[in-house]
Amino acid sequence: MTDRAFSVVRAGALTTVQDLGRPGHAHLGVPRAGALDAPAHRLANRLVGNPGSAATLETTLTGCAVRVRTATTAAVTGAPCPVTVDGRPAPWGAPVRVPAGAVLDAGPATHGLRSYLAFAGGITTEPVLGSRAADLLSGLGPDPLAEDAVLPLGTPHGPPSTADAVPHPGPVAELLLPFLPGPRDDWFTDAGLRTLVTGRFRVSPAGNRIGLHTEGPPLERARPGELPSEGMPLGALQVPPNGLPVLFLHDHPTTGGYPVIGVVPERFLAPAAQAAPGTAVRFVRMR
Amino acid sequence: MKPLPVGEHGLLIELDTAEEVEALHAELLRRVAGGALPPPREIVPAARTVFLDGLDDPRGLLADIASWHIPPPTAADRPAIRIPVRYDGPDLADVAALWDVTPEEVVRLHSATEFHVAFCGFAPGFGYLTGLPEPLHVPRRDTPRTKVPVGSVALAGPYTGVYPRSSPGGWQLIGTTDTVLWDPRREPAALLAPGTRVRFVPQETTR
Repeated sequence: MTDRAFSVVRAGALTTVQDLGRPGHAHLGVPRAGALDAPAHRLANRLVGNPGSAATLETTLTGCAVRVRTATTAAVTGAPCPVTVDGRPAPWGAPVRVPAGAVLDAGPATHGLRSYLAFAGGITTEPVLGSRAADLLSGLGPDPLAEDAVLPLGTPHGPPSTADAVPHPGPVAELLLPFLPGPRDDWFTDAGLRTLVTGRFRVSPAGNRIGLHTEGPPLERARPGELPSEGMPLGALQVPPNGLPVLFLHDHPTTGGYPVIGVVPERFLAPAAQAAPGTAVRFVRMR
Repeated sequence: MKPLPVGEHGLLIELDTAEEVEALHAELLRRVAGGALPPPREIVPAARTVFLDGLDDPRGLLADIASWHIPPPTAADRPAIRIPVRYDGPDLADVAALWDVTPEEVVRLHSATEFHVAFCGFAPGFGYLTGLPEPLHVPRRDTPRTKVPVGSVALAGPYTGVYPRSSPGGWQLIGTTDTVLWDPRREPAALLAPGTRVRFVPQETTR
C-alpha cells in the first residue's frame, strides 16, 4: 500500500467514504449512493485542489478523527464543527496543512448533521461500479469507518484553492422542501394533500442515508393497499402505511410499492442532509 | 399507456401488462442505442411501469411517447442463460402441495419453463423472473425467514428469484444454485438484467 494513507483514530457515530455515487445502475437494484450534501462534498474537494468526484469522508453528528501518514492538505465542510490538528485549533471551511503523523479531528457538529473531510488526492479505496461511495442499503463500497482502519490517499491533483470564502452556515430553524406532486398524488384525498402542505412536520430520529423520516399528522389516503413495485426517484416523498412521508435520500431502494405523493428536486436535497432530528419540516408545493 | 411526470426530470410510464413493459423497455433501449433518444440516467422497468430519470426533456417525451410504434418483444434479441439448480429447497414440499403435484413434478414444471427477467430490485443482482403460468403462482411464506442462504432459488407471487446473497426473505425456497448472481468485480456485475432469458437446469442433489 502507498504511504499516502490515514488511519482512523475516532470513527464517530457513522462515518462513510462518499463521492458522487454510482448513478445508472438502478435497473440492477443498485442505489445511487454518494454524498448526501453534495455541495459541501464538492466544496471540501475544491478547497484541497481535488475534482468534485474525489472521495471524501461523510460524518454523522459526532465527527471523526484520523492520523495521516504523510503531510497532507485537508479541509472540513458541511456541518460546522471544531477542527483541530494534534489538539490545536484549525479553521473549518479552509485548507488545513496536516503534518505527517498528526491527528486531524473534526469534532461534533455545532449544528447540522454531516461534515465532509477532504484530503488532497482524495481517498482511493477500490471503486465498485465506478464509485467509491459506501451504499448502506446494499452494502456496496467500503464499510463505514472503524477504529484503526487504514484508508489510502491518492496523489494530490493541484494546489489547494485559496479563493473560496466559505460562509459558515447558520442553524436552520425549518427545513423547506419544495416538491412537485405525483406520480401517485391521486392515491391521497384532497385533505391528505392539504395536510402535506399545512401540517406541522418534524425530522424524526429514525432517519438515515436511505431516507429522512418525518413525524407529524398522517396523510389521508384515497385508496388502501400497495402498488406493484415501481421505480423510485431520489427525492421521492414515499408514504408508508403509517401515513408519514419519508424523503428518499441517496441510498434509497430503487423500487418500492408505497405511493409517492411528490418528488423533491435534487437541487433542494442538500439541506435535508443537514436537518437534525426535531427540525421543523415544511413541504412547499411548486405547482 | 399512461405517462406520469416524476419530479423535474423523470417519467413513470404505466402499462397494462408485463408484456407491454417488456416491449417498451426493449424499445427504449433500441432508441437509446440508435441515438433517437438521449440516454436517460436511469431506465428502470418494474411490474407494470417503466421509470425514466435524468431526462433532458421529460415533457417532450411525455407528449411523444404515446404515438410510438412499439413492436412486441422478440426472444431472439435478448441474451439467454442457464442456471444449474439443485431442487432441494426446504419449501419444495409446500410448493408441491400448493401446486397439487409431486415434488418431482415441481422440478419438471419449473425447469421446463422459459423465464425472463421482468425487472430487478430488492438487492443488487436480484431479478424478478416471470414465466410461470398463473395457476403456479404461490403466496409468500406467512413468516419470513431471518436468513435465506445465498443462491436460494425461490418463488413468490408470479415470480421466481435467486438470492444473490444471504438476506432475510419470505419467498418459498425450492432449490439452490452455485451460480454467482452478483459480483461487482465482474463485467457485467449482475448476471440477471431486465430482459435476460433464463432456464433452470436440474442438477443431482448432493445432500
